[in-house]
Amino acid sequence: MIPILFGITLICFFVINLAPGSPTSFTEELSPKASPEAMEALKKLYGLDKPIHERYLNWLRMVVTLDLGKSFVDGRAVKEKIKERLPITVTLNLISLLLILIVSIPIGVYSALKPGSIFDRVLTVFVFTGFSIPTFWIALLAMIVFGVNLGWLPISGIQSIGAETMPLHERLLDWIKHLILPVTIMSFAGLAGMSRYTRSSMLEVLRQDFIRTTRAKGLPEKVVIIRHALRNALLPVVTLLGLAIPGLIGGSVIFESIFSIPGMGQLFYASAMARDYPTIMGILIIGALLTLIGNLLADIAYFIVDPRIRVKRDV
Amino acid sequence: MFKLIIKRVLKDKLAIAGLTFIFIVFFIAIFANNIAPYDPYKINVYKVLEPPSKEHILGTDELGRDVLSRIIYGARVSLKVGFIAMGIAILTGTVLGLIAGYYGGFIDTIIMRFVDVMLAFPTLFLILAVVAVLEPSIYIIMIVIGLTGWMDIARLVRAEVLSLKEREFVLAARAIGASSGRIIFKHILPNAIYPVIVAATFSVGGAILIESGLSFLGLGIQPPEPSWGGILSIGKDYITVAWWMSLFPGIAIFLTVLSFNLLGEALRDALDPKQWAED
Repeated sequence: MIPILFGITLICFFVINLAPGSPTSFTEELSPKASPEAMEALKKLYGLDKPIHERYLNWLRMVVTLDLGKSFVDGRAVKEKIKERLPITVTLNLISLLLILIVSIPIGVYSALKPGSIFDRVLTVFVFTGFSIPTFWIALLAMIVFGVNLGWLPISGIQSIGAETMPLHERLLDWIKHLILPVTIMSFAGLAGMSRYTRSSMLEVLRQDFIRTTRAKGLPEKVVIIRHALRNALLPVVTLLGLAIPGLIGGSVIFESIFSIPGMGQLFYASAMARDYPTIMGILIIGALLTLIGNLLADIAYFIVDPRIRVKRDV
Repeated sequence: MFKLIIKRVLKDKLAIAGLTFIFIVFFIAIFANNIAPYDPYKINVYKVLEPPSKEHILGTDELGRDVLSRIIYGARVSLKVGFIAMGIAILTGTVLGLIAGYYGGFIDTIIMRFVDVMLAFPTLFLILAVVAVLEPSIYIIMIVIGLTGWMDIARLVRAEVLSLKEREFVLAARAIGASSGRIIFKHILPNAIYPVIVAATFSVGGAILIESGLSFLGLGIQPPEPSWGGILSIGKDYITVAWWMSLFPGIAIFLTVLSFNLLGEALRDALDPKQWAED
């Protein structure tokens, strides 16, 4: 874990130092109107008079104390900017992760039980579509159909204007209406991957001897599938969940900028367009940290659901 | 072996469909100047945002340029980025995977930790950061997509090498005094290459998707150069009045990526020993 964290900071630092010339001259050139304070903050941030390894160590010292510097754009602390954006992105990702799980596991299991059936073939088509279709394009089409033509759903933001004054249940409804499109489309690619994975994992388990044994014992099919097969088939799915996190977080850049959702992805996009280096670096690090936390949670979940790991440890 | 694989792939109807479409896209990209009905850069202020008609089959964009011609020229960008990014990813991944698997020990640890670090970043974040710091251009985009897409291939190659290097023919080669280079290139690489080919096919499609996403965000191929993602990006601004700008380039991306994925899937099936038994 520690070496990986160290590597993450190295890469972040390396990426930002790819910039031709010194970061300050670059900013001066791009925005001659940059305030003297911002330039000062910038020079202080990078300590440009010092050699590169010293600069890295200085920067690392700041990052370790969770000081991510100040934004070039508005001079606010990057930590604060990220803090107010992070909850929205994490909430959206958690909702879509939940949606992916709830929908894809039954689909995967069902088609594994009837390989070659029409349902199974439809799933295969869906999986290929999910892997090949640009998600931002579906988002556009969905906006045209449901937002513009049918006018059923709002196409931007997470609440209507004046939502603060609505009573609680109306506000909640308003919020849900705004989230339907982004969350559904965010889940689309994940749904394809996860249901395919559940299917193949389930097929693998169903082939094994102990399933034949449970059937031979005369257990009802429901018990065989749910208690014996599914529990084993879901083990690898847990790992895949952890691996899906960087994709989801990365995708938030696209979705949040399409649907104008004020989350971390939109902030990252705006910072990238404005070349706001401290914010870019801050979000890169936070994004990588979120991935690591996700992987850690997946490992812990694996530890809980798979008794074999615990046994190995005791030996 | 090679002939057998081709034979097996050609049995798959979907793979043939994919392969045919890939050939068509290649053909369109190469002969774009002859096929495109209009100059893709030609601005015509009298024909702004015209819906599809006989004259302009897929309509015109916000500057009166022919959308069909721009999609035809856009195929060049997508194929270039797809194949070169794939080449970079495969080369990096294979070399690092070979080294890690063959030499093991400390080198292996370092390389695999590096893989872990790279995988921790949300890929799109890393790509956007690099593109934002450097000026976005087609070359930067190819390189960045390639350099952020090699990790799975390195893991794959490493795993293959680990199992191959304990096999008897490799041990025999070592026993008769073959050099490391000879063992790697003559004995290990040819046996590890097939899964890499499958991964390469999928990664062309993946790279095309990422490029179109970047161009859609305005940080990819820069206008006026035509690219599929770029047309969609402008289409988003005219979403209420010009649906054709949002529909057709997306179909081009979808079908192209789908074709590579279908081909990759057929290759994977063709190389799967479990399915060999069924023949």
